[in-house]
Amino acid sequence: MGALEDFAVEVGSEDAVAVRGGGTQWDVGGPLHSGVRLLSAPAGVVDHRPEEMLVRVRAGTTMAELAGVLDRSGQMVPLDPADPARATVGGILSVGRAGLRRLRHGPVRDHVLEIRYVSAGGELVKAGAPVVKNVSGFDLVRLMVGSLGTLGLLGEVVLRTYPRPRASRWLTRPAPNLPPEPLLGLYRPTSLLWDGARLWVLLEGHPSDVDAQARQLGPDWTEAEGPPALPAGGRLSMAPGRVASWARDHPTGSFLAQLGVGVVHLSVPAGAGVEPEPAVIDLNRRLKDRFDPTSRLNPGRMAA
Amino acid sequence: MTLVSDLVAVLNEERVRNGGLERALYNRDASILEGRAGVVCFPETTAEVQAVVKVAANHGRAVVPRGAGTGLAGGAVPVGSEGHEPVVVVTTRMNQILEVDAENAVAWVQPGVLNLDLSRHVAPLGLHFAPDPSSQQACSIGGNVANNSGGPHCLAYGVTTAHVLALDVVLADGALVRLGGLEPEGPGYDLRGAFIGSEGTMGLAVAVAVRLTPLPPALRTLLVGFPTVEAAAETVTAVIGAGIIPAAMEMMDARITKAVEEYVHAGFPADAAAVLLIEIDGLEDGVTAAAAEVIQLAEDRGATSVRMAADAAERELLWKGRKSAFGAVARIAPDYYLHDTVVPRTRLAEILARVYELADANGVAVMNVFHAGDGNLHPLFLFDRRRPGELERVKAAGDQLIRVCIEAGGVLSGEHGIGLEKRDYMPLLFSPADLLAQDSLRDAFDPTRLFNPEKVIPSGSRCGDLQSVPPGVWI
Repeated sequence: MGALEDFAVEVGSEDAVAVRGGGTQWDVGGPLHSGVRLLSAPAGVVDHRPEEMLVRVRAGTTMAELAGVLDRSGQMVPLDPADPARATVGGILSVGRAGLRRLRHGPVRDHVLEIRYVSAGGELVKAGAPVVKNVSGFDLVRLMVGSLGTLGLLGEVVLRTYPRPRASRWLTRPAPNLPPEPLLGLYRPTSLLWDGARLWVLLEGHPSDVDAQARQLGPDWTEAEGPPALPAGGRLSMAPGRVASWARDHPTGSFLAQLGVGVVHLSVPAGAGVEPEPAVIDLNRRLKDRFDPTSRLNPGRMAA
Repeated sequence: MTLVSDLVAVLNEERVRNGGLERALYNRDASILEGRAGVVCFPETTAEVQAVVKVAANHGRAVVPRGAGTGLAGGAVPVGSEGHEPVVVVTTRMNQILEVDAENAVAWVQPGVLNLDLSRHVAPLGLHFAPDPSSQQACSIGGNVANNSGGPHCLAYGVTTAHVLALDVVLADGALVRLGGLEPEGPGYDLRGAFIGSEGTMGLAVAVAVRLTPLPPALRTLLVGFPTVEAAAETVTAVIGAGIIPAAMEMMDARITKAVEEYVHAGFPADAAAVLLIEIDGLEDGVTAAAAEVIQLAEDRGATSVRMAADAAERELLWKGRKSAFGAVARIAPDYYLHDTVVPRTRLAEILARVYELADANGVAVMNVFHAGDGNLHPLFLFDRRRPGELERVKAAGDQLIRVCIEAGGVLSGEHGIGLEKRDYMPLLFSPADLLAQDSLRDAFDPTRLFNPEKVIPSGSRCGDLQSVPPGVWI
């Protein structure tokens, strides 16, 4: 626990601070104010309990290091950052964006069981617990995931782990139009991607189920090495049912859509998102005021 | 104008109840706690809820949201001194399924829609609402949101928060706000996630967008009998340890199994010290392989009987046995106290032994029927409140149970919530700084503390004063 307490001392309670992980999503949430003191969160896998299917890990640990530890027991955490050697657990949780397997495995927030963070006042705060089911008190865990370090600075978390799928196959076929049947009629596929010209699907599970689902897809599908490279521009979020109509106005190859999820990766920067309604902005401000009254945590991010 | 006449003006006389007997019906929920209801209101629309909240605030009365009243932690028990009783807002008449959006696999529902009614409504589309509390025939979606409810199948599918995408909420000033949305990465904080599980203390949800889950193409439902409780518990640990996540893995001990068998005649084994009801779902071959592996793990640990449901009717019968457990108990004892704690699932055998010991030590009969796969215990202490001293012994056993579970690294509640029942135990789990942060969340939503006062978070002065009951509440 020493590392966490040292981190709290380092954060202190006075000046403007921000935590930098691998910097892979550093631009999300708007530019940090200049002159902010930059810190690193403590790192290291503290305790993996494969038989409980959970792992306690410090926020500064890279995803690659965590994955290496879990892999020894045949387990994984389906967070799937684009650059696991650099992306840290704390960074992934603070930004709150899931990877390409969200369709099957769900959003980042559903994999987090406990968090320990340093408050704006420099105190260590805990929410949640290392058990898989828990409604003891209000859900600060979900509040913190995706809050870009503006309400507290993550020090250590407990994540759910999952067995690695026994079989895993990427398949692809040309598809100038979206197929009419949602999710191609598949039962809970792991990922389904479309760029306006081609579909990719990831099937995971028992080997013969994966093969049966691949056969069900039809003969025009071929094996793929993996997903296509992500367009390096912006990122849009829309109700999954809206992707088809959105795509009509956007040229093939300029995007990659996660079907059934509603995340769309763009080759160009995304425009400004829709402004939330005033009552929502007000709730965001009220939360920020209470958790960080002097706006010292990650100032500039998420102008709440 | 009086409170009642103002409420009648925004609803009508039939939907504003102020008679002594009618109010008394709302003094309690399904817990053993009792409070004091003020006027009881039955709004049907969002606008009516907004108006009722404003009227209550103008008269300086708190608002206690209430769904079906099946909560077991006193979350819907109204707390207030005489003359200042809260207005109870009952959502049972807000029972419309507003929209089913098959393309997005989402349904918008009013909070009073019953959990099972929703799943039945969308079943023809091959979909269901995954959280399935044992009370699903009676409990409402609004109550599920308030308590972040679970159920047997949450082992694989997750609890309510994983199945709610957006909420329309009436805040303390009567304003309506949408939290979350159908888009996967909305702007700002996860207000949706912060609200779910807030037990009616932050606002009143008037519409809920729930995520619908496809019905599985293949299912295996197993009823496995064991010679000892320990063997059943060790099988649970072994199954999870083998990397198998069944859709559900429920345990029932011999006492509850006998009670259920006499009640529903589902053919549960009479000679087993414990049974596991295990359901595996997914695609055909994976399900077949996992079922075989589970049976092997059970037999390795001495399982004495294995029964696999041959068809949907047999599956339903087995589940009826599980979900009728509490009804069956009502035939045996006039009262029961149902607990809800969670322990690490590798320690089930050891903790269950402690539960039987502490029940015996207090002279209390206990039965165990619970969500073993996620370590969520539900010991049932039987009693008769007319017999002097019995309730006190049950409470003493419950207090020891909570402490045993916390010491083992567990938590206060897995799915019923904190409410009033466990509010003063919160300091066992959380530091003052932790509790202050939770209170800050509540304060941001409801700075006037209009909604459901006295629940979940102990006030500072009470932190060291466990087992206290707020003024105006009695057991």
